[in-house]
Amino acid sequence: MKVLRFLIFFIICINSNNITYAKSPSDLINGIVDEAASILSSEDPVESKIIKLNSIAERSVDINGIGMYTLGKYRKTIDEDQKSKYQKLFRSYFLKSFSSRLVDYTNPRINVVSQKKINDKYTIVNSILEATSKRPQVKIDWRIYTKNPDRPLIRDLIVEGLSLARTQKEEFNSIIQNNDGDINALFKTLEEFLIK
Amino acid sequence: MKKLFSVLLIIIFSLINSLAVAGDDGKIEINGKNNGYVEANDCFEKVNRGIFAFNQVIDKIIFKPLAKGYRMFPQPIRSGTSNALSNLSNVVTVPNNVLQGQFKDAGVNTARFVINSTLGIAGIFDVASYYGLKKSDNEDYGQTLGVWGAGPGCYFVLPVLGPTTVRDTIGSVVNLIGGDAWYNVTVINDTQYFSEADYYISRILDGIDFRAKNLESFESLEKSSVDLYASVRSLYLQDRYRKIRNIDKTTDTLSDDDWEELDSQ
Repeated sequence: MKVLRFLIFFIICINSNNITYAKSPSDLINGIVDEAASILSSEDPVESKIIKLNSIAERSVDINGIGMYTLGKYRKTIDEDQKSKYQKLFRSYFLKSFSSRLVDYTNPRINVVSQKKINDKYTIVNSILEATSKRPQVKIDWRIYTKNPDRPLIRDLIVEGLSLARTQKEEFNSIIQNNDGDINALFKTLEEFLIK
Repeated sequence: MKKLFSVLLIIIFSLINSLAVAGDDGKIEINGKNNGYVEANDCFEKVNRGIFAFNQVIDKIIFKPLAKGYRMFPQPIRSGTSNALSNLSNVVTVPNNVLQGQFKDAGVNTARFVINSTLGIAGIFDVASYYGLKKSDNEDYGQTLGVWGAGPGCYFVLPVLGPTTVRDTIGSVVNLIGGDAWYNVTVINDTQYFSEADYYISRILDGIDFRAKNLESFESLEKSSVDLYASVRSLYLQDRYRKIRNIDKTTDTLSDDDWEELDSQ
């Protein structure tokens, strides 16, 4: 009997844990924004800020998904070895590029305005980066991948209607295309960027 | 004059449609399904990259320092300048609102122009917003041609002026042949109130104001980009697509079927 009670209690605990972890796309963005703002406004050295920002990105961004998206039509022509090499390179490139872009901001204030479910896989969260004395307010939309509702992940940032993932895709495709479709040219470019 | 203008627009419309078809040959297919977004054909990429590099140098030695200097002015001065320039742009936006069938926007923008030019002292103060007349996006003849169904044609880069397409260049030409009232009263017609210099100063100020608002964004893009030319091309074409479709930024984003194919969770 005691065992049964314990089992029921255990099942309830597991279920309540699941409920706690399931968060809406808006909650995901609110959480990230708050965490990033506290890191950026802290007195920590730049290196420490970068490590913490990268940790947020690894948790909340679908880096592999974005990586495959940015390959465009070429993702269908590469073999498994090339895919594996690309994913490693892209992860390093993404994190370096992500943290170097963000670390210059001191205390960005982003307010989530609304969210719109496109389909079962995607929800768009609309937010506003508040104006400062240097620049006007900026509208930022976040494409959230919600196939697993318990673990929503960011796949794109759309700044004033301009998709950063699409820009990245067209940039990578341009490099490959200008080298006669050779994916190794992209690998070389990414490697050069990483050692800069 | 109106008839001549209409005939001219029809000729341009026909011309650009044929150019758009010609540009279709080498177009990059973004995805299998047609989601409305078409990438312009970069017909003269090598030449364009050369001009882009030249523009980068010009930007580095002229526009960036000017934008940084402009940033040092107090915020009210910069806001006033930006408001006045934005007010002037209404003389192109309003006719394009009409041409695109946006009659309500045409009315609002006309009222904004009248109120801000008078009560707002030459547009320095945005008084119209206090009366509930909210500012909408600018419209131009390139966008109107796009709304009418004209494709972008070839993408190319102009010295100093930057990225454009055949359609957008033709749109700009319309400004110079009577489509821009500000150009008409400053450059074309010899009035005692304005001089040619007023037009060119306003255009240069507009460029500096834009550059000053985007100093950090440009720096960030330069820092993280592995092919800056391709990034700028993509951003320009996405921006034009969004403006032509008049996409509501708070609810819609660019659709892309590539996303639907990807499953990684």
